[in-house]
Amino acid sequence: MSTSACKLKVRNLAKNFTLHTLGGVRVHGFSGINFSLPKGQLLALSGPSGAGKSSILKTIFRSYLASSGSALFCRNDGSEVDLATCSESRILDLRRREIGFVTQFLKILPRVSALDTVARPLVEIGVEEAEAKARAEQMLRRLGIRPELFALSPLTFSGGEQQRVNIARGIIAPKELLLLDEPTASLDAKSSNTVLDMLAELKQQGIAMIAIFHDQNKIDRIADICVPVVREQ
Amino acid sequence: MLLELEAVSKIFGASCGACLDLTGEPGAICPDCGSVVAVNRVNLKVAEGEVLGVVGESGSGKSTLLQLIYQDQPVTAGRIFFNGITNQEGKRQDILTLPATHKARLRNRDMSMIYQNPHRGLNFNFSAGGNIAEKILDTNERSYDTIRSRALHFFTKIEMPPTRLDDYPDAFSGGQQQRIQIAKALSSSPRLLLLDEPTTGLDVSVQARILDLIKALQREMGFAMVVVSHDLGVINHLTDLTLVMKSGCLVEYGLTDQILEDPQHPYTQLLVSSKL
Repeated sequence: MSTSACKLKVRNLAKNFTLHTLGGVRVHGFSGINFSLPKGQLLALSGPSGAGKSSILKTIFRSYLASSGSALFCRNDGSEVDLATCSESRILDLRRREIGFVTQFLKILPRVSALDTVARPLVEIGVEEAEAKARAEQMLRRLGIRPELFALSPLTFSGGEQQRVNIARGIIAPKELLLLDEPTASLDAKSSNTVLDMLAELKQQGIAMIAIFHDQNKIDRIADICVPVVREQ
Repeated sequence: MLLELEAVSKIFGASCGACLDLTGEPGAICPDCGSVVAVNRVNLKVAEGEVLGVVGESGSGKSTLLQLIYQDQPVTAGRIFFNGITNQEGKRQDILTLPATHKARLRNRDMSMIYQNPHRGLNFNFSAGGNIAEKILDTNERSYDTIRSRALHFFTKIEMPPTRLDDYPDAFSGGQQQRIQIAKALSSSPRLLLLDEPTTGLDVSVQARILDLIKALQREMGFAMVVVSHDLGVINHLTDLTLVMKSGCLVEYGLTDQILEDPQHPYTQLLVSSKL
C-alpha cells in the first residue's frame, strides 16, 4: 500500500451558524481551512478553545453542514467523494466502512458492559463474538482497565477510564480515516503514552487521522502535519 | 431505493382545489374551504436497510404520512413507488394504481406496521400465537407445522416464554403487547417496518428494552424502518436519518446527528432546543 496516496483534501472549508431561536444571530465557526492528509499520517489541529477545532471534525464527519468549501475523501478505487455535499445515504455508507469518529466524551447506553462496548465494532464487521471479546479484552488490558471492570457499564467508571474505553472502541476496528477529538485530554501520562503508541501503530497500518491536541509535546511526538486554527475576531 | 414518495398529499375535507397552495408551514387549514392538509406534497426516499425517523409536533402529519405509506388511508395526490413493483413493460409502477389484491399483497408481505395502540395492531380475539400466525398466513404459508414453528420462533425472539404462546393479548402487560406486535410484524420478514410511536406511554425501563429489541432485530434482519416519534431520545437511539414535519410539510431532512447537533430550519432549532 502506498503511504503517500491522499486520503482527504480539505479546501476553503467554512462553517457559520444561524441561530433562529435567538433572532437569527450568526455565529462564526471557522473559515479558510485548507489541508491535504495522506494515508498513514496524523494531522493535528491545534489552537485555543473556541477556535473551531471540534467544529472542523464534526463538519468533515457531516454532523455539521458546511457553509462553504469542500472535504474530498479519496476512496481506494481512486474516486473522490465531497463529504460536504454528497447524499446522506453515501455518508452513512462511508461511516459504516471508511470514516470513524472518536468523540471527546464517551456516549453509550448504560445497559452495555465495557467489554461488549469495545467488542461491538468488531462484531459489526463480521468477527466472531468470542474472538471480538478476546481482542477487546486484550485492548482494555493494554490501556490499563482492570479486568474486574470489564462486565460493568463504563458509565460507572472514572473520567479517564471512560476515555480509554472510548478510544478502545474507536480504534479496535479502525476505519481508513479516523477523526479523534482530544483523545488524550483526561488521561494520565502513562495512559496517554499508551494511546500515542497505539496511534503510531495505526499510522503503520496506513490509517489516516485528524486529531485535536492541546499539548505541543504530543503534537511533536505523533503528528506528521500540524494545522493551527485561529479564533477569528 | 426501497420506497419513494413523490409529492404525496392528504387532504381531509372537501378540497376547494387550491388547498395545497393555500396552506403550508404556517398552518394546515385551508383559509378558503376549511379542509385540513395533513400531508402537503412530501417527497421522500428510503433505501433498503435504512432507518428513518419522522419528528414534528402533534398534528404535523407524521402518523398520517405513515398511514399513507401503509395504505391505512387513501392518498389524495402523489405517487408512491416500492422497489420491485413494476408494470408489464418492466417500468416501476405507482403502487397507488395497483389492483386491490396486489396492494394487499404488498402490504401483507413486504410491509408491517407497529401501532402505538396495541388494539390497532393485534386482534384481541386471537391468542398471541394466532395473531402471529395471521400475518404468516398472509405470506401464503399453509402448513400448520411451519406456521406454528415460525410463530414460536418470533415469539421467543421477543424474549417471551414459549408457554405463553396460546394466551390472549389482554392477558399481557402493555409492554408485552407491544412485543407481540413486533413478533407479528416481523413474522412475514418484511422489507419495510413502519412504527408509529412504538413506546409512547410505556414506562422508561420497558421502553428501553423494547427499543433495544427493535434495534437488535433490525441489525440482525436488515429491514428498513420508518419510525414516527415525538421523542428525540427515541429518534436518536434508533435512526440514521431524520425528517422534520410541520403543518403537513417536510421542513428538514438529514443525518440524525446533524438534525440534532446542527439543525437548520427555525422550527427544527426550536424542537431541538426544547429537548429536556
